[in-house]
Amino acid sequence: MIINHPLLGPRDAQEFTYLGDASLIDRPDWQAEDAQQQFYEYTYLRENPAGEHRELWFHEAGDRSWLVVTRNTLTHEISNVEMASDVARARGRSK
Amino acid sequence: MTYTNRADGSQINQPAASGVRAQSSGGSGKSQVNRLRGGQIDPQQTLSFSFDGKKYQGHPGDTLASALLANNVRLMGRSFKYHRPRGVLTSGSAEPNALVELRTGARQEPNTRATTAELFDGLVAKSQNRSPSLKYDFMAINDRFSNFLTAGFYYKTFMWPKAFWEKLYEPIIRKAAGLGSLSFEDDPDEYDKGFLHCDLLIVGGGPSGLAAALTAGRAGARVILADEDFMFGGRLNGETFDIGDQIGREWVAAAVAELHAMPNVRCMSRTTINGAFDHGIYSAVERVSDHLPVPPEGKPRQILWRIYTKRTLLCAGAIERPIAFENNDRPGIMLASAMRDYANRWAVTAAQKVAVFTNNDDGHRTAVDLIAKGVKVAAVIDTRTDAPRIADCELLAGAQVIDTAGRLGLNFVKVRLADGTDRNIECGALGVSGGWNPNVHLSSHQRGRPVWNDQIAAFVPGPDGPPGLTAAGAANGDFSTAAALKTGSAQAAAALSDLGMKASTIDLPETEDAQPNQTPFWYVKYGKGRAWIDQQNDVTVKDVKLAHQENYRSVEHLKRYTTLGMATDQGKTSNMGGLAIMAELTGQSIPETGTTIFRPPYSPVPMGTWGGRARGKHFHPTRETPSHKWAVENGATFVEVGNWLRAQWFTKPGETHWRESVDREVRAVRESVGVCDVTTLGKIDVQGTDAAQFLNKVYANAFAKLAVGKTRYGLMLREDGVAMDDGTTARLSEHHFVMTTTTANAVNVYRHMEFVRQCLFPDMDVQLISTTEAWAQYAVAGPNSRKLLQKIVDPEFDISNEGFEFMACREITVCGGLRARLFRISFSGEMAFELAVPTRYGDALMRRLMEEGKEFDVVAYGTEALGVMRIEKGHAAGNELNGTINALNLGMGRMVSKKKDSIGSTMSEREGMNLPDALNMVGFKPVNSADKVTAGGHLMTKGSPVDAAHDQGYVTSACYSPILNSSIGLGFLKDGANRMGEIVSLVSPLTDLNVDVEVVNPQFVDPEGVRVRA
Amino acid sequence: MSVHDLKPITPLWGTAAQIDNLGDMRISECPDWALASIAARRGQEDAMAAAANKFLGVALPDVARSASKDPFTAFWTGPHQWMIEAPHDTHEDLAAQVKSALGESASVTEQTDGWVRFDLEGPHCDDVLELLCNADTRTMEQGDVTRTQLEHLGCFLICRAAGTHFSVLGPRSSAGSLHHALITATKSAT
Repeated sequence: MIINHPLLGPRDAQEFTYLGDASLIDRPDWQAEDAQQQFYEYTYLRENPAGEHRELWFHEAGDRSWLVVTRNTLTHEISNVEMASDVARARGRSK
Repeated sequence: MTYTNRADGSQINQPAASGVRAQSSGGSGKSQVNRLRGGQIDPQQTLSFSFDGKKYQGHPGDTLASALLANNVRLMGRSFKYHRPRGVLTSGSAEPNALVELRTGARQEPNTRATTAELFDGLVAKSQNRSPSLKYDFMAINDRFSNFLTAGFYYKTFMWPKAFWEKLYEPIIRKAAGLGSLSFEDDPDEYDKGFLHCDLLIVGGGPSGLAAALTAGRAGARVILADEDFMFGGRLNGETFDIGDQIGREWVAAAVAELHAMPNVRCMSRTTINGAFDHGIYSAVERVSDHLPVPPEGKPRQILWRIYTKRTLLCAGAIERPIAFENNDRPGIMLASAMRDYANRWAVTAAQKVAVFTNNDDGHRTAVDLIAKGVKVAAVIDTRTDAPRIADCELLAGAQVIDTAGRLGLNFVKVRLADGTDRNIECGALGVSGGWNPNVHLSSHQRGRPVWNDQIAAFVPGPDGPPGLTAAGAANGDFSTAAALKTGSAQAAAALSDLGMKASTIDLPETEDAQPNQTPFWYVKYGKGRAWIDQQNDVTVKDVKLAHQENYRSVEHLKRYTTLGMATDQGKTSNMGGLAIMAELTGQSIPETGTTIFRPPYSPVPMGTWGGRARGKHFHPTRETPSHKWAVENGATFVEVGNWLRAQWFTKPGETHWRESVDREVRAVRESVGVCDVTTLGKIDVQGTDAAQFLNKVYANAFAKLAVGKTRYGLMLREDGVAMDDGTTARLSEHHFVMTTTTANAVNVYRHMEFVRQCLFPDMDVQLISTTEAWAQYAVAGPNSRKLLQKIVDPEFDISNEGFEFMACREITVCGGLRARLFRISFSGEMAFELAVPTRYGDALMRRLMEEGKEFDVVAYGTEALGVMRIEKGHAAGNELNGTINALNLGMGRMVSKKKDSIGSTMSEREGMNLPDALNMVGFKPVNSADKVTAGGHLMTKGSPVDAAHDQGYVTSACYSPILNSSIGLGFLKDGANRMGEIVSLVSPLTDLNVDVEVVNPQFVDPEGVRVRA
Repeated sequence: MSVHDLKPITPLWGTAAQIDNLGDMRISECPDWALASIAARRGQEDAMAAAANKFLGVALPDVARSASKDPFTAFWTGPHQWMIEAPHDTHEDLAAQVKSALGESASVTEQTDGWVRFDLEGPHCDDVLELLCNADTRTMEQGDVTRTQLEHLGCFLICRAAGTHFSVLGPRSSAGSLHHALITATKSAT
């Protein structure tokens, strides 16, 4: 597969390490009332879509950026690639 | 960008001249009784070769198959199951029958297709699957028992008794049925892998591919033109068509010369595009040296290319399909196109008198061309009652071949004429044409299904093929030469236009433009004997019928049950026949019946090609420590840790067992001082105004308040609370930390930290970079470590216990001004330091430490002594951090700070992680000092049953402690912290281990920690 | 500079750089370069760029590019991260020099001995490199930089002159493996 890196352009997926569902960005608040339950869901529960999937890839043999790749699990078509740090900020993550 | 074309001329459209032995004889020797005039061979030069020990001659430009036919050798192999005598069916890579063992010794390669093996001087080939010889094969007895060996015979015959399968049936079957044999020697050749990039990849260099390449090349696009053959031209090499005012092969030569001169076009002959992968990635095998006796020094035999292309044009042509009839497998019976290729391209006929059996006009061309070459054509037998008269020979319209005769080669065919009478026609070869199948393979590698085209009664590439791939010419069902040129050029222009590039189609010269004219005809229904569909796997029309009868009706079931379409040719000439018969039996159309899945590789690839250069010690890169050279000089035995080579121990003169070396190293460290290369530990530079806060997130214990100039042990958890890694982190300045990781986890920890930084806390001001390689780091351990270091560290730096206490760190200089880092940390439990200098000075520093340490009898110690001492000290390492262990298990439960959020802190509080009888890390000593503690053994309460239900834990690390004169171990025991002094059983039912061990404090040495603080 | 008496050793264990001439190709071990990485502190990107420009005499290069002004070359390694290269003889303490120039705007890390640099020179660079890595070197122009996998190792590939001169920076501990791969590929491709 080819991942169109937002900074570097098309790069072979061989250069990347796969992590999994981009929902891993949404790490729960440790001080929430139901933090245990939230962390349980965050750690163990995943959607397994047949179709579009947002997932985390690390450009290990490249610029060491984490990317959020939107990939169709049926066709491998990649419709969007974003810097994970941008996605994280957009989802309200900061310090 | 420009392509440099290979210096050996392999991209020039000429056969290999290498290895040619100059001979004055000229012309075809008398032995080549079936050699005709003309062709694209060089009759002025003669090549000698042998087949089954007999010497023959051929010419440059020949394949092994064409040279054998020239020498009147039709019998080239025995079939897989029934050991039937077989000759060539094809003239190319689709060949099912003529498989040989090529070359001798370590280079012997089984299952080489004689039809693609280029002849070179001295070539040695042997037939396969026969004993003792091709002509007299004992296993031909199988043919008599064919009633027992039909489809599914494995499943039926060898069901019972079960035990017989492995011991009796399978060995016998394996011996009897099979293809070539292996040399069982290491492959002496080298193989490369490589990467290519282009705008347009053109698969196939026939008329459509050449037209496409000219179109795209002239437009300035980056083009790769690949063809599996050693000559470009495709079918034009086997035909006699004119193109414009040139004969076909002159047009090809001119086109190739023009393309060759274009710096933006890479012409790759002997190159098979064998797989289409996601997003425009294609794999290709280039046979760089297969046409030579031995690859030139340093050159690869083959290269496996990974091609990145924006667009792909499939110009792979079409493969003729046979018609099945009784005894249609005798040597001499081949595809009509193959017969034509042998005559036109190789100037060879399989026999002096031949016949043709066809259901279409194209088959008649074979008769026309062979007659033109002076070969007698007995008849053209055409299944169509309205067959046109094309060739100047007898035409039997509405007739069918119903049987053949000739034990080791065709003697005559029996024909049922239109009037129902039979007639024998004497001939030594029969060309058969059942129409043509476009070579759709690559267009279906991503599961896209080909679609049926009624006009040619064949599948063509479908619309859901790999994005970016289109097809042209015969591969797309456009069979005429004119259509191939036109669609090749047009599709190339369209692909470039799609990329925003301008391209004009080429001028199309006038050429052959016949419409395909055929009536589908798959198999002859007359006759009771066997009619072969798949000659490679000995599958007959009856086998397909049997599969249907036994309800294996889906094409995938048909394939598995009968083995139709398996093995080296993957059914290139047989699948359609099988499908057509199954369609007829089920009453479905052929497209409703469907095809099996097409998978890479398109044609067989040697194992060595997949491996490339990653063989033996080059399987992966080696990492050498800064003291590697010194260690080699000083008797080190190395162990691989990841890619690192680490000294395991250093053998001194007189030491005969590794334990002697290790025990000596351990004692020397504990008594005086030792030096160990610890460069391999991962080192990550952590900087930024939020660096401390960041470390608080990735470590379970607190780091924010670590003082500058201090080092702290850190435990890193996964989010689920399981220990991921541990190490020490030093604070060099307010915003600058240096973290160490375990050797094995360095890459994973760095990746995890970047995840935390970029994905979880993107606004933290923290920057990470690995510095593992930049510093040579040595542990200097033992009571005399300070004294040794004081001889090295520059005097302005106070490293006394007061000036540099336990867990201190500082940037210093050594040896008169070299910048260095010093950490007072200990893995051994002794007073110890780690000293780091820039790696280029690591070798010199090792030598200096050993020289300056002589007065203390300093030793170098390896990973084994390091391991012994850390077990003696009760430090957890990789064996303990095994992916199931949490902080509580390690006795570090209270280290997990509850005052802050860190990765894994919340999940560490789960009930299951905090059970009262949770595993605790403890030490073990054997009750009987002669016994050993064995890592991997499980622990049972004394007297309890030995089974999984009563399991109390397990031992993770064990060693002999020369200090305690006893075997000792570390491990995890349920509620172990409260079971000190208990005697438990250490068992391993698999190895009959059952010894009593005492549960002890894991810190065997200096549990009060006095020595490290000395 | 320091006056210590420890003798340095090259990544290939020599006292001098190893040079291999293979036909019209040359592979040179280049130990005489100091390296320091810089990464902008958050919110200090512009400040660091300005300070770096002043120190280097040239602006920090764009993504996948390098910029040179004697004696420095800077090349992009990641978002807001660059590597600075200078002669080792005169800049052994490059990290300290850079840190004092960039101050609190940047995190600076000594990288000198983290890497081995091999220079590949001659007319067949592209033919050699296409056997080693997936970088499209035929389209690389002078000053282009990419990180790529070579012999399973993460390496920086710097184009010093299109088609004829490339630098490969790989992990120092694997210098032997990397050298072997370069030699083998050069023999194969030329």
